[in-house]
Amino acid sequence: MTVSEPPQTSSPNAERAPAPLLPALQVDFDDQPETPPEPKIQVEKVHFYYGKTHALKGIDLTIYANRVTAFIGPSGCGKSTLLRTFNRMYQLYPKQRAEGKIILDGSIDLLDPGLDLNLLRKRVGMVFQAPTPFPMSIYENIAFGVRLYERLRPAEMNERVEWALRKAALWNEVKDKLKQSGRGLSGGQQQRLCIARAIAVKPEVLLLDEPTSALDPISTAAIEELIQELVEDYTVAIVTHNLQQAARVADYIALFYLGELVEFNDSKTMITRPAKKQTEDYITGRFG
Amino acid sequence: MPPAAAGHPAAYTEVYSSALYRRRRWTNRVALTLSVATMAIGLFFLAWILSTLAVRGLVAMRPVVFLKSTPGPGSTGGLLNAIVGSLLMTGVGILVGAPVGILAGTYLAEFGKGNWFAETARFVSDVLLSAPSIIIGLFIGTVMVVPMGHFSGWAGAMALAIIAMPIVVRTTEDMLRLVPVSLREAAAALGAPQWKVVTLVAFRAARSGILTGVLLAIARVSGETAPLLFTALNNQFFSTNMNAAIANLPSVIFNFANSAYPDWQKLAWAASLLITLTVLAMNIVARIVFRPQKAG
Repeated sequence: MTVSEPPQTSSPNAERAPAPLLPALQVDFDDQPETPPEPKIQVEKVHFYYGKTHALKGIDLTIYANRVTAFIGPSGCGKSTLLRTFNRMYQLYPKQRAEGKIILDGSIDLLDPGLDLNLLRKRVGMVFQAPTPFPMSIYENIAFGVRLYERLRPAEMNERVEWALRKAALWNEVKDKLKQSGRGLSGGQQQRLCIARAIAVKPEVLLLDEPTSALDPISTAAIEELIQELVEDYTVAIVTHNLQQAARVADYIALFYLGELVEFNDSKTMITRPAKKQTEDYITGRFG
Repeated sequence: MPPAAAGHPAAYTEVYSSALYRRRRWTNRVALTLSVATMAIGLFFLAWILSTLAVRGLVAMRPVVFLKSTPGPGSTGGLLNAIVGSLLMTGVGILVGAPVGILAGTYLAEFGKGNWFAETARFVSDVLLSAPSIIIGLFIGTVMVVPMGHFSGWAGAMALAIIAMPIVVRTTEDMLRLVPVSLREAAAALGAPQWKVVTLVAFRAARSGILTGVLLAIARVSGETAPLLFTALNNQFFSTNMNAAIANLPSVIFNFANSAYPDWQKLAWAASLLITLTVLAMNIVARIVFRPQKAG
């Protein structure tokens, strides 16, 4: 899949920009391999509650292995909420709860109360909307996560840090200042640092919650390119406000509206021949 | 000139000569004058206090102040015993009070959200924060000095620890609450258990703020007199025995300033200046320490 247009701005207003008509979203889908992908995460009848607010109303969905799945929809539609159930992030907050089943690798129910959350989060990593470098050096930012699970010798740790930074396309920019604070980097570099940090623990699934919405267009393009490379090794689920971004990076797109899944299909179908009128309206900018 | 009015001269003059605008301009002037005046009054007294201290204290400040202990009437002496005693008691007090305060503040900010125990603890801590220090001195006097049968430096240090604690509790809790939720989520998303999120990430992010709280607590307790009157009392001679009455600057000021001997009064001024400079230095250091966090 290649990008056939310059990256759009990632400002919050982008979703309200003049209607991106279907022809504007010309993406070359042709070189997609047709081998059927394997399911990595199966979402079955998932309901989610913020206190008494019913935020997800029975979602069924499959996240395929080594593919990028984008969640789109207007604000408050439940796309981030669903993403945050995959690593049980909501459990930091006592009033939030999820019901249903989320099956990882066909056997593990992620919503099982007895599940070891720390091990789950080793397998399912997450990158957030705003870059969140820890108040420590670039090196320590990466090593932090690794140390939670592995005891590496210094040389091995150095290798791992370099590997993660290379994967995140940040190594060349920071290799001479690994001891400097991660907070001194630019916004785009910080976000790539956060991606490197998430990759360093070698997860299987990477959750990206609007990873570029706080970034400038050039940083956004760098991260989108990165996502395309990462998906060779990982399964990626990305929440985005930016329809063009979904079209550029995703193999599958799920459209949510008011806590329900409107349509879920491969990107090409979603963009060019959506089954539902509501999807077409959203993609052409008539609602949302 | 507001940008909206630029390029519209007619509208501009109309708006800016209206009765409403003139009234606002007057209100603004009156408010500004009043606030500047009140600030000037405050600064005036502060300058008066500091200049008096500086003039009288500097005259009395001689090398002997740091070399000899408090004298009997009519002989020369210094404040060595009081300086050492104050350092010892403040040091021990902070070593006890700061860790307890940091741990309690951490509990309140990180673990005790919304439960009644934490709410009560926070309330009690806030009451303690504003409790008159003489009551804390009386309390320690009752539970430590009376059973032990003699005044002691340990009791003085404990009284100071109790005064320092609620200050550290409050600043620690406030500073930890300033750590963005996103940072905690990011650490939790890597699979870090809560205690690691707190100790490795939240503490680091709040480090300079917490340290500032400890410095402010040191500044506060180093000038406390009342709690020491019932606990450490005073000692005319040099002593580092924390298990007996021990000299300290605030008590020396209290005794010597009330005395009829000019030598003693001079030493009281010197001691006052010393404490003030220490507190001033602590506050300046606290500001310098706190600054990088605001920038970052």
